[in-house]
Amino acid sequence: MAKLARLGLSEEEVERMAGELSGILEHVDRIAELDLNDVEPTSHVVELENVLRADVPHESLAPEVALASAPDPAEGAFRVPSPQAEE
Amino acid sequence: MTELLALTALEAHRAMVAGELDAGEYADAWRRAAAGDELNAYLWRDEDSGPSPIAVERPSVAPIAVKDIFCTEGVPTTAGSRILEGYRPPYTATAVRKLIEAGAPILGKTNMDEFAMGSSNENSAYGPVLNPWDRERVPGGSSGGSAAAVAGGLAPWAIGTDTGGSIRQPAALCGIVGLKPTYGAISRYGMIAFASSLDQCGPFTRDVSDAALMLAILQGQDPCDSTSVGLPKPPSLPDRENLSGLRFGVPEDLASQVFDSGVRDVFEATLKKIESLGGEVDTVSLPHAEHGISAYYVIAPAEASSNLARYDGVRYGMRAPSSGDVIEMYEQTRAQGFGAEVKRRIMLGTYALSSGYYEAYYGQAQKVRTKIAADFKSAFDQVDFVVTPTSPSVAFKLGEKTADPLSMYLNDFFTVPMSLAGVPAISIPAGLAQPNDGGPELPVGFQIAAPAFAEQKLLSAAYALEQGIGFDARPPGAPGVSPSSAPYTARDQKRTGSGGGDGG
Repeated sequence: MAKLARLGLSEEEVERMAGELSGILEHVDRIAELDLNDVEPTSHVVELENVLRADVPHESLAPEVALASAPDPAEGAFRVPSPQAEE
Repeated sequence: MTELLALTALEAHRAMVAGELDAGEYADAWRRAAAGDELNAYLWRDEDSGPSPIAVERPSVAPIAVKDIFCTEGVPTTAGSRILEGYRPPYTATAVRKLIEAGAPILGKTNMDEFAMGSSNENSAYGPVLNPWDRERVPGGSSGGSAAAVAGGLAPWAIGTDTGGSIRQPAALCGIVGLKPTYGAISRYGMIAFASSLDQCGPFTRDVSDAALMLAILQGQDPCDSTSVGLPKPPSLPDRENLSGLRFGVPEDLASQVFDSGVRDVFEATLKKIESLGGEVDTVSLPHAEHGISAYYVIAPAEASSNLARYDGVRYGMRAPSSGDVIEMYEQTRAQGFGAEVKRRIMLGTYALSSGYYEAYYGQAQKVRTKIAADFKSAFDQVDFVVTPTSPSVAFKLGEKTADPLSMYLNDFFTVPMSLAGVPAISIPAGLAQPNDGGPELPVGFQIAAPAFAEQKLLSAAYALEQGIGFDARPPGAPGVSPSSAPYTARDQKRTGSGGGDGG
């Protein structure tokens, strides 16, 4: 699960969290017993229709502004380690 | 100066408009008060009114403290997390922009539980906020800094966010007013996302009138937030004098709930007050509200695990040094950048959304949500408002609940159902009660919920009740305090350098 969430947890964290999460899931599991087969799920509480704006070009952030908070900007882009680092 | 700081935001606004109060002098008095922060309420403060992307040219509205979850151009915005350390957003959140345009200078950015996950402010990467009533206790969370700043005389008012109670609960624990508006009433553009189907922005104020004033500034549809709809019309200032003709519903299972006896006493006294003001008190049935916490602690972490995927050390914030590939960089950055509670919720949410569990957890929780929303709909066929205590206890001690995440979650018992139903709810201070573990009396909040988009009606009733209750106790050092109502006069005298008034 930590791999899926891209979280590099330590052994100790994994152990502690496993205990905490089972306690929480035990509480949460109470809703599993409710018979809600005919109920529609709610993803959004306010009835809304999705609207699209007109596709009109407008000003966006200048590259140097967008890069200003980046930890490792280079050549007008975000630099990241190689996807295939040497072992 | 104490007199200046004793004004409510509405009184100050009226005086500024009438030319009786110098706006610059007033804002500077508050800057000095904020500079005396001993509660760790602020993460960043505006030291002067010099040129800045968030400076206000002609102030005419009381200066405001802003929860550090709102992006502010050129000003540090951390959401209480290490992972956003050093981040200065290139744009300003709509809510903050509206306040600036209305003429409200920004006093500073307030401390909070990391990414708004918490009920005690102990999950901030920058240390907990202290409750101004008793510094050994929590201010509540997640908007603890905003609540403590207003209660402690470090800001005349503030904005925060509420996902499952993060405005109402800290307002209750700090003895001030906190309003969670209807989902969609206020734009969330530039408000760092936690659980997008629940997050909503709202005011922390000293009284209900100030909350109405701020809501009038903040509400409205925003092209930058497709979930924003605004209110049918901007709220006007409440002036209702009694509660006659209004029905208040108490959930019928409330009597069997476990909560502090002091909180129960204040709650029952408030119900009597409602009746003495001409209101009617009935019981209502919310049969699925008891499953609110379970549904909430599936939905909120699930949405958080998705929203927080963006913090990967690439575009903003910190990046952990790593010698490996890009995946290792992500994992290390997130391991070092996130605190324990955020990791816990990401894990919980990832699990709830994972293949094979999605229907059993997220799907089922969304169905419970449908039932809770339906419960409120039918309750509002019978009554005008649903009322509960805001929190099951008064402010608890720092460290008391940190070892047991579930006990912390159960704190949100009274506030989560309204969030799931998307309806507006306000917490107003209703009295003082002694904590179960002894010590001086602390504030108790009274929660009033109304149907969606019925903010005007909610504020009017809350105002009439507020006048009837006449709560005027203030923590030590806070402006507007009268010696007879100050519970900690002795400590008050020891307090120095706050600039926040001295009991006059």
